[in-house]
Amino acid sequence: MYRYALKRILGIVPVLLAVATITFFIMRLAPGGPFDTDRQLPEEVLKNINARYHLDEPLYMQYLRYMKSLLQGDLGPSFRYASHSVNDIISETWAVSASLGVAGLIYALFLGVTAGVLAASKPNSIRDFVPMTISLLGICLPSFVIGPLFILLFGITLNWFNVSGWEQPSDIVLPAISLGTMYAAYVSRLTRGGVLDVVKQDYIRTAKAKGLKGSTIMLRHTLKGGLLPVVSFLGPATAGILVGSFVVETIFNIPGLGRFFVQSALNRDYTLVMGMVLLFATLLLVLNLIVDLIYAVLDPRVSYD
Amino acid sequence: MKLALLFSFFITVFWGIPALATVKYLKNAKPLPKQVVRLGNGGEPKELDPSKSTGVPESHILDNMYEGLTGLDPVTLSAVPGVAEKWGTSKDGLTYTFNLRKNAKWSDGTPLTAEDFVWSWARALSPKLASEYAYQLYYIKNGKKFNAGEIKDPKKLGVKAVGKHKLVVTLEQPTPFFTRLTAFHTLYPVPRHVIKKHPGQKWTKPGVSVSNGPYVLKEWRLNSHIKLVPNPHYWNKKLVKVKEAWFYPIENEDTEERTFFAGKLHKTDEVPVLKIPTFKRQIKKAPNKYHPYRSDPYLGVYYYRFNVTKKPLNDPRVRRAIALSIDRTLIAERVTRGGEQPATTFTPPNTGGYTYAPTLPTRLNNEGLKEARKLLAEAGYPGGKGFPKIDILFNTSEKHKKVALAIQQMIKKNLGINIGLYNQEWKVYLDSQRKLNYSISRAGWIGDYPDPNTFLDMWVTNGGNNQTGWSNTKYDEYIRLAAKTDDQKKRLGYFKQAEKILLEELPVLPIYYYTKTSLISQDLKMQTNDGKLIEYVSNVQDRLFLKNLVLAR
Repeated sequence: MYRYALKRILGIVPVLLAVATITFFIMRLAPGGPFDTDRQLPEEVLKNINARYHLDEPLYMQYLRYMKSLLQGDLGPSFRYASHSVNDIISETWAVSASLGVAGLIYALFLGVTAGVLAASKPNSIRDFVPMTISLLGICLPSFVIGPLFILLFGITLNWFNVSGWEQPSDIVLPAISLGTMYAAYVSRLTRGGVLDVVKQDYIRTAKAKGLKGSTIMLRHTLKGGLLPVVSFLGPATAGILVGSFVVETIFNIPGLGRFFVQSALNRDYTLVMGMVLLFATLLLVLNLIVDLIYAVLDPRVSYD
Repeated sequence: MKLALLFSFFITVFWGIPALATVKYLKNAKPLPKQVVRLGNGGEPKELDPSKSTGVPESHILDNMYEGLTGLDPVTLSAVPGVAEKWGTSKDGLTYTFNLRKNAKWSDGTPLTAEDFVWSWARALSPKLASEYAYQLYYIKNGKKFNAGEIKDPKKLGVKAVGKHKLVVTLEQPTPFFTRLTAFHTLYPVPRHVIKKHPGQKWTKPGVSVSNGPYVLKEWRLNSHIKLVPNPHYWNKKLVKVKEAWFYPIENEDTEERTFFAGKLHKTDEVPVLKIPTFKRQIKKAPNKYHPYRSDPYLGVYYYRFNVTKKPLNDPRVRRAIALSIDRTLIAERVTRGGEQPATTFTPPNTGGYTYAPTLPTRLNNEGLKEARKLLAEAGYPGGKGFPKIDILFNTSEKHKKVALAIQQMIKKNLGINIGLYNQEWKVYLDSQRKLNYSISRAGWIGDYPDPNTFLDMWVTNGGNNQTGWSNTKYDEYIRLAAKTDDQKKRLGYFKQAEKILLEELPVLPIYYYTKTSLISQDLKMQTNDGKLIEYVSNVQDRLFLKNLVLAR
């Protein structure tokens, strides 16, 4: 198992290098550059800017230059937010996105697993239909609908929470719920499906025959196997949720990373695009590795030796 | 004696205590607003180096942290004394002499001298800094050559310090708006003593940042807020009333609007277009009640470019026919709805004292329509027959799409021509426009300074912002003549001649003049530079001066 983990960790490096290379060249294929605006700059000015950011060099030179600084851990200066380096931007904003993401994820898991188990405990009954209908609604309602609805109800009408911003601890509540609701809905459906699959297995019948209590079977035996689909969903979902959500961060005006994801590409902020893509890729690879390791713990049939 | 004492005792008890209570009650009922102003600021500033910065959100902050040789009147935007107490111009309009105030200081107490300006301007123009706005200093003698690296010695620039408090500036050509330009952030002084100690970007960060304006940078949290507090060393700190100013980079207009109505903002940067009809209805219902919605003229024009290098738009008759077939009032009233005015000229009216008599109809009329159809027939497309397939290009946005749809319908209905629409993402659209890879393209132009030159000099042959392929030697000549003279009357005369040609040839299709819509709290008032309290007024360039803001009831 440890050897397997080590192998996987070493495997991350070439994948990241490939991601960096492909992103670098694809990004440059898009028309327009970071300093294009609707006011054409005089040639002298453009020349100075291109020289300063080495944009006048051949592309392979720029690539080598970037890779060299990347290997030293320097993601370069942001083209648009010139006062900040990409390292600055990520270190200043990731904590906000991550705390929002963790809160959203905890909410999603708690709500989703409970609803899923409830539904699976008596399939095709009212106990199944009600939570599953609600979860279907949750999947259908995107956060840009739920977010403003929550703001109207809890922010403006009831005045329990701030409508936007990130100043008090309570400011996390509405965005975390808006962010987590859709995930909760997915988790509940996955839990229900997983649990129903496991219930038909022989070892559950054995457990029943041994005379174990229904709740013990559910928590000790069924859930362990039933949560496997949720765990594999959680890998990419956590990576996505941790680097922030463009929509939720915009609606609630939260100073996280999510906004930079979309904006950097639109602004052709080459270095920031690279930084964001690499961050996301790293998280995705690491979390998928963790998921695979958890699999081995939850399912005795899976073994990496 | 005893009687007098008794008397005053009774007076105090029967009058004094109730009076005190009333005062206290009144105070409680209407608490005086603390002088903390919260403003929606559109977007996250790109950077806070005045010599390099380009956008509007950063200008809102820089205009308060720094002060140029001149300042601006917050309403009329005419030049008022800033760091310079007074100034004079030579007869030929080429030399400006500024007398700096002796008590001008940086926020760390270091005296501000004429040499600071010399150094700052040379820095802004240096090829190494690579400022996007370096060309704002091309008016200064040898500015362009220095920026291009043709001249290496900053002493050859047309800016000299004579002693500590006198600055002599020599220009390339007469520039009547120069004293307004010195109130623009590219020409602000930067703290050379701090930059030398903290090169790179560190000197613009809170804790290190030193500035010379009414406010200093206290906090800067990326995508969260920027907080400014008064500069204790500002020469006119008496005027400064607002004790704290928070700028929030709220990009989403709906979020901004909700934050405003939750009482957390005094001013928004924008208003969601869909809310405007509701606001207008509310105002109509209760005309005497205060309503925060307002729409003010803004120094800019929304227009379409015609690619005059390609058939059929290479024919001025076709361009004029299209221009006459559009109902600009209808677009402003039914499509954009933010109080925009239909544009019948390219330069907005009353730009630096210049108004060109309108030549394009504001509304669709029979006469114009008849002329349009006749012109189209003369060009070889009677009733739109045989008209080549062309498209309108716009950058991806709901608003531009709506305008384009309206114009497409108007052209079809009035001229019988079918025009297609297509959108491109912003940077791709800029690229297509620059390469003349379009037939008709949406565009907007915001004036850099309130003077017709900023709207008209872009249309000269091969001008970087022309991007239509249009060229007219007479037009070029008028713009050149206007740049040569310091006689304002003559100058404006040349501009009128130039605009006449522009509107006859119509390489562009003016649609409407921009407005700035915002929500303003009832408590937000203004004071003039003499300290007189007035109601909140916006200016045509959306310049924001905190020292002219007060919270009051």
